Amino acid sequence: MFYLDDIGRYFLMIKGVFSRMTKGSVLRTLIFKEIDDLIIGSIGITVFLAFFIGAVVAIQTALNLTNPLIPKQLIAFASRQSVILEFAPTFISVIMAGKVGSFITSSIGTMRVTEQIDALEVMGINSLNYLVFPKIIAMLMYPFVIAIAMFVGIFGGYIAGVYGGFVSSSEFITGLQDEFVPFHLVYAFIKTFLFAFLLATIPSFHGYYMKGGALEVGKASTAAFVWTTVVIVISNYILTQLLLSA
Amino acid sequence: MIEVNDIHKAFHGEEILKGITTTFHRGKTNLIIGTSGSGKTVFLKCLLGLFTPEKGTISYDGENYSELDEEEKRRLRQRMGMVFQGSALFDSMTVEENIMFPLKMFTRQKKSEMMDRANEVIDRVNLENANKKLPSEISGGMQKRVAIARAIVTRPKYLFCDEPNSGLDPNTAMVIDNLIQEITVENDITTVINTHDMNSVMEIGEKIIFLKKGFLEWEGDKTQIFKTDNEAVTNFVYSSNLFKKVRKAQLQGF
Ligand SMILES: Nc1ncnc2c1ncn2[C@@H]1O[C@H](COP(=O)(O)OP(=O)(O)O)[C@@H](O)[C@H]1O
Ligand SMILES: [Mg+2]
Repeated sequence: MFYLDDIGRYFLMIKGVFSRMTKGSVLRTLIFKEIDDLIIGSIGITVFLAFFIGAVVAIQTALNLTNPLIPKQLIAFASRQSVILEFAPTFISVIMAGKVGSFITSSIGTMRVTEQIDALEVMGINSLNYLVFPKIIAMLMYPFVIAIAMFVGIFGGYIAGVYGGFVSSSEFITGLQDEFVPFHLVYAFIKTFLFAFLLATIPSFHGYYMKGGALEVGKASTAAFVWTTVVIVISNYILTQLLLSA
Repeated sequence: MIEVNDIHKAFHGEEILKGITTTFHRGKTNLIIGTSGSGKTVFLKCLLGLFTPEKGTISYDGENYSELDEEEKRRLRQRMGMVFQGSALFDSMTVEENIMFPLKMFTRQKKSEMMDRANEVIDRVNLENANKKLPSEISGGMQKRVAIARAIVTRPKYLFCDEPNSGLDPNTAMVIDNLIQEITVENDITTVINTHDMNSVMEIGEKIIFLKKGFLEWEGDKTQIFKTDNEAVTNFVYSSNLFKKVRKAQLQGF
């Protein structure tokens, strides 16, 4: 199985990232740049997606609640649960595997094919630490993006529910407060941290170890998107099993 | 001086360097020539310590690389400069930032000191009005100058250049070759240059080794290369059209 080989190399890469640190003042600049590229640059698309996903979830729930005995506030409850538990952390992360992931793979991959990584190594710099560590640190801010997505998603549900005439504003607000389990938020953010780490490292792996030229950079970006998504979906399943179904 | 003794390097079981022994001299431009795929880049990356040979030793002024500990290796590495084939400038940094980068990473100099040193090498390689530009905004010849400036900013004792004039017009190529040679002499650097360009051979070939399929096929200097009867070398030398015509003229007794 050649995947086993890659998994081994992935963990060796992680080890390499955390050894022989780059000079602090240089790292700081790099981290700020990554926060700008990876986090700030993702907020716009996240807000846009989260709003409409939340809106659709509310409408779908409303349209499927045909039994008059079920209270309308369930629309809010269902929107809240699906947005917090899955749509914000998982769905947005899959989108980010495309956006952030392909950006990371293509930027590191380009540095590989143009020998910029060799140039770093020749200077005696640990290129893995220099390139990947700032991305991991920047992605520690990723939960903020997901928190925004949760908020905006529920807001989207409110707008669609109330202005679509499915539920009254006060029913929606009551529904939002129904049976709130704080652990669900903990669960969502544990997932988010893991996904943030995967989003930073799997695309880096594909860029760092790529071979070839410009064409291969494109292929590596696609492979990075697919693999990041696959690993996110699988680890989502495992974490959900471990944390929620006890 | 770099002494190379019986270097072997393989990838996935395929031997690319098959036992190379030679010496590169200080204050001289040492050339590695050979057709594409003959192993020049791999050899240069072995000299740089980017690849570890399976067998053989490389000594830098008496220091055997494989016997050094990690810290000593890093210190030796910092005395090396490298000009990559495609320049390998950091494309998110300006010309000035590229050149100051090695200083910023490895010295405790003040910003003004770094600037002074950067401007010194910028002057030396004749880069004018490019300090604030990005690599993508300057010509290939200028990029090469930046790459040279970045390689020499830390005052290395060893300078390696991989096809420094590939992609340049003949005139610029010659200027770059001469620049490298002058810097080599001025600073008493051991310079090793990969090339398949006969113009460079004639211009700066103080010591030449010819690689063929991973073997060292021939060594000599730029006058000897026109006298050898080694077939692979003469084929290489006279593969250029101009030289073919000169050769024909010579044979006809001009
Ligand atoms: N990192 C590598 N992994 C596997 N094979 C390599 C690697 N680098 C170079 N090679 C192979 O080594 C041979 C010599 O390449 P190279 O040294 O680049 O030749 P050139 O003389 O044109 O610089 C080529 O066949 C190339 O495919
Ligand atoms: Mg080459």
